[in-house]
Amino acid sequence: MIPGIDFIVPGAYFLAAVMFIYGLKAMGSPVTAHRGILLAGIAMLIAVLVTFVHPMVDSNYGLMIAAIAIGSLAAWWTGKRVAMTDMPQMIALYNGMGGGAAAAIATVELLKVIGGHQLDNTTTIMAVAGGIIGAIAFSGSLIAFAKLQGWMRKTWRFAGQQFVNLIFFGATIAMGLMIIINGPDPLLLTLFLATALVAGILITVPIGGADMPVVISLYNALTGLAVGFEGYVLQNPAMMIAGIVVGAAGTMLTQLMARAMNRSLSNVLFAGFGKADEDGPAGEVSGEMKAIDATDAAIQMAYAEKVIIVPGYGMAVGQAQHKIWELTELLTERGVKVMFAIHPVAGRMPGHMNVLLAEAGVPYDMIYDLEDINAQFPTTDVALVIGANDVVNPAARKDTSSPIYGMPILNVDKARNCIVIKRGQGTGFSGIENLLFFEDNTRMLYGDAQKMAQALIAGVKSLA
Amino acid sequence: MEGWAALYIFMLAAFTGIEVISRVPAILHTPLMSGSNFIHGIVLVGAMVILGSADTTTEQVVGFIAVFLAAGNVVGGYVVTDRMLEMFKSSGQKKDQS
Repeated sequence: MIPGIDFIVPGAYFLAAVMFIYGLKAMGSPVTAHRGILLAGIAMLIAVLVTFVHPMVDSNYGLMIAAIAIGSLAAWWTGKRVAMTDMPQMIALYNGMGGGAAAAIATVELLKVIGGHQLDNTTTIMAVAGGIIGAIAFSGSLIAFAKLQGWMRKTWRFAGQQFVNLIFFGATIAMGLMIIINGPDPLLLTLFLATALVAGILITVPIGGADMPVVISLYNALTGLAVGFEGYVLQNPAMMIAGIVVGAAGTMLTQLMARAMNRSLSNVLFAGFGKADEDGPAGEVSGEMKAIDATDAAIQMAYAEKVIIVPGYGMAVGQAQHKIWELTELLTERGVKVMFAIHPVAGRMPGHMNVLLAEAGVPYDMIYDLEDINAQFPTTDVALVIGANDVVNPAARKDTSSPIYGMPILNVDKARNCIVIKRGQGTGFSGIENLLFFEDNTRMLYGDAQKMAQALIAGVKSLA
Repeated sequence: MEGWAALYIFMLAAFTGIEVISRVPAILHTPLMSGSNFIHGIVLVGAMVILGSADTTTEQVVGFIAVFLAAGNVVGGYVVTDRMLEMFKSSGQKKDQS
């Protein structure tokens, strides 16, 4: 044993915990954010390296290094390759892996109890609780990943689903209690884990894609909680602190996101957007969609005084952000005032559009939040909506029967003209008909976001 | 560790988490979620302890899975967060120049 190891290992964990908290705090401001993740990264490196000389670690070094190498390489490769638009599901995937790891730790601890090792009651309770939460976060996150990745298009619902979910969830808890009271046996442990995994799947499957960000954030918080609990089992304060800090911060973040969509968390989890599908299209739609071609749209924008661009997920899918910025620069040169309006839940996650626009080089001071921009629309000549749908649907203001009624929206319908770039005539992610498309001052520019942005650029250039 | 001491740690850590995340601009919500996702990758430390002290083959297999998954959480979480925040850095610099 290395001399002083009883001091080095806990000391390093303490240092890591401090750096994690400080790093997370730094991530809360755009200026220090990058320094924050770097700091947290160094903390992680210290904690991992020191664990190789942890007093409890005495074997399986080869396996350990192999597992770290495989896991790291797979994650590094996918994480580097993935497009910015697909970030949300990658967060879900990596988060699920963390939850799975926590559940696996609980499993080994309980296996050791079967092998004759003794745990006190509190430790068993923590191991079981962390196991349930970790397993649910694992399978739930993987479903969320599959849904956002487009591998699971259908939102699977059936009558009495809540009841079935409740049974599986209840069964998981009951088996957890049996483990705590009577001690684990191999069959019970297997069943316990299996039901927890199924519960995670069943809870996530009926939730619509538009709500996924909130759900991913929730599972992120749950994984943190599970990690904290398993930290108690392993008597590891760094895991306890980092886990619970993430659990609490993640819960806050989840609520912020849900609030931005004007929905409660329980509403997201247990009601879903399902009502709309069952009742048929909500609200009466009058009028028809009027198409416009790119040249006319370009002329409108080139001779406007003020243009507000509203990006949405369609811009992300079409990778149109660079073209949009090029268009913006052209318009600005002509003296048009261009602003970007970002809805809190535009794209698939809060802040998603900001990340994409930042990637394209759009400066911060051109980007406005919902509260700041809505008053601007009545004096705006052209509002250009690119692949956004539900967040500009006036049904949220007008139609009390709409599932999105009450959600704060960008009031693009109040602009003098509104041009919507959209791939087809179908409804959006949530399946709700968009009243905006039928307004008198709305023109539809059908096509891929990037191609249409290119066409608009060509149109504006031809006027020069 | 005594149960009560652990409860105090949990309580203080929870308040810290809430305090750290409040008053954060909406543009940083996604990077923050990603960053906190990276931080709970600390589960790797626990997974290593579990594998490093595993005796039976079953324990070794499950421990191996735990380390593999946790390593994915750590590295994936870091890479994704870093890529997102990298953009904020560059756009900030561009703005300074203009």
